Amino acid sequence: MSAAFRIDLDGDTLRLNAEGDWRARFLSAIDHEVRLFEEDSVGRELVIDLSAVTRLDTAGALVLQRVMSACASRTEISRFVGGSDAHQALLERVAPHLAPCPVEPQRGDPFIQMLDRLGRGAADAYFTALKILNFVGLVLVTGGRVLADPKRLRMTSIVRHMEDAGLDAVPIVATMCFLVGAVVAYMGAKSLAMFGAEIFVVELVSLAVLREFGVLLAAILLAGRSGSAFTAQIGSMKIREEVDALRVLGLDPIEILVLPRTIALVLVLPVLAFIGAMTGLLGGILVSWVALDISPALFLARMKETVVMSNFWAGIIKAPFFAFIISVVGCFQGMAVRGSAESLGQRTTLSVVQSLFLVILIDSFFAMFYLEIDF
Amino acid sequence: MAAAGLEISPELRTGTARETAEPVIRVRGLRTQFDDVVIHDNLDLDLMRGEILGVVGGSGTGKSVLMRAIIGLKRPSAGSVKVFGREFYALNEAGRLEIETRWGVLFQGGALFSSLTVAQNVMAPIREHLNMPEALARDVAAMKISMSGLPPEAGDKYPSELSGGMRKRAGLARALALDPDIVFLDEPTAGLDPIGAAAFDELIVNLKTSLGLTVFMITHDLDTLYAASDRVAVLAEKRVIEVGPLDEVTQSDHPWIRSYFTGPRGRAAHHTAVR
Repeated sequence: MSAAFRIDLDGDTLRLNAEGDWRARFLSAIDHEVRLFEEDSVGRELVIDLSAVTRLDTAGALVLQRVMSACASRTEISRFVGGSDAHQALLERVAPHLAPCPVEPQRGDPFIQMLDRLGRGAADAYFTALKILNFVGLVLVTGGRVLADPKRLRMTSIVRHMEDAGLDAVPIVATMCFLVGAVVAYMGAKSLAMFGAEIFVVELVSLAVLREFGVLLAAILLAGRSGSAFTAQIGSMKIREEVDALRVLGLDPIEILVLPRTIALVLVLPVLAFIGAMTGLLGGILVSWVALDISPALFLARMKETVVMSNFWAGIIKAPFFAFIISVVGCFQGMAVRGSAESLGQRTTLSVVQSLFLVILIDSFFAMFYLEIDF
Repeated sequence: MAAAGLEISPELRTGTARETAEPVIRVRGLRTQFDDVVIHDNLDLDLMRGEILGVVGGSGTGKSVLMRAIIGLKRPSAGSVKVFGREFYALNEAGRLEIETRWGVLFQGGALFSSLTVAQNVMAPIREHLNMPEALARDVAAMKISMSGLPPEAGDKYPSELSGGMRKRAGLARALALDPDIVFLDEPTAGLDPIGAAAFDELIVNLKTSLGLTVFMITHDLDTLYAASDRVAVLAEKRVIEVGPLDEVTQSDHPWIRSYFTGPRGRAAHHTAVR
């Protein structure tokens, strides 16, 4: 039987007869009525009769005590009657704990909040830029010091990161660039066919793949695979106080953690970019052959004729810069992890977003620069 | 209700938490392992209604694993775990859920949901399992928070804003949200300062007597053991080697028990408890 109650009037005194099972799961049905009764009878004398209550838990006792404290005027008459010892004890047990507590933090005006977030965001962006710049300087200075004394280079660590970030990334970089090269050729083929200029697909594919897509796709993959991994690795070391332990032992975390990763990336990204450019060309050549009847021999001959070598270098030169910024941002965000695992997650996301943003930004600077110097 | 005979009557639940002979949890022949590493083998343990059972053992003896095996987080490879007389691992989804709403667990770090405030944490099980109006759920949450010894202002704080002791109290409030019959505590006083730890011991005993709780408490803390536990179970050699009231267990000849209770820390805790 679920919870129920009846109200009787005994002279001036209200009498609430509670019945049945007053446990939490049965209270939903009557809570509303109980509250209405509370509002109607503020300041009245109230006797609550528990003799028909079969079961009671803390939630039920809470509701009964709430009724009592809401309506009863504090006289001798207002009281609980008819409850077993256990029920009485439970009622007494919950009596001191009736005060409500806030559930959500107070939030102000949503408009002000929006302005607040906007301001913080702008200030954050500025200070983050400064901090990353500071970190870049720190890595360069440490790098210079270590290169002056090359036996301090951690070769094992460098080679390991080269394998993780470079060798292991070859299949995915090759596949992606192959596909993008093929897609560019397809798209070009359709538009160029309208002018009967299908043969220009050679220039289109080789310029796009050599100057931009090879290196850019390799950099994007590196930011996703390795930049985020650096943040997670260094961040979890930070949480476990390993970074502090290094400092206390007189070792430089930049030299031990950041430099090998950065050197490894700077060495492998040009290679990945080269592989990307070659597989991208391969994709383009295959599509031209199948869809446009431009034989590989013709493709290559035309490429040799019209596409100058500088296009290849224009792509590859960018690779070390991209690698440097990806590694520095990844390590910077790792070092910025504070305390909780939640912060680690946020930092890893930030690391990928910022390094991609910076890679594209630097890429556009290079594009403008090349335009100016006519490269 | 299927387990009507084992439902805890309100008379027994409140005020008069007498120890009866009836175990609410009965573990027999339990074997747990991670791949080839056997943690428990042929382990027997009873948790009696209305008692506080302190579970002790050296590091790596599988105290937490035992708790996880009982509450369904680590499936044993052999043996039986009976909760309220029913074989826990043989139950279907509904049966399990029914039992799961009748126990509360306080994990070591509190395990509060970090995206919710303390009050929202306490309300989470209430919302999920009881179809309760929001206003009543808030009242109940406020009561549990207050009962766990937290000030009302703690309600709208996020777990990251709380001290270790407050986080444990908030975890306890959530464990008590559904008025459970059994509460599992994993190292409730670990990481608390001595004053906070003593206050927590008192809180546990207090809640046990007033709400008629049965408590399964893993602890390293000898002071807690002396202050709170009715019986002690000692885990070693992959099983429970000794179980009983504290003064009986301390008399055991087993070398680990001897060095645990008669070592310098054991003696100090004993003196404090006697005084």
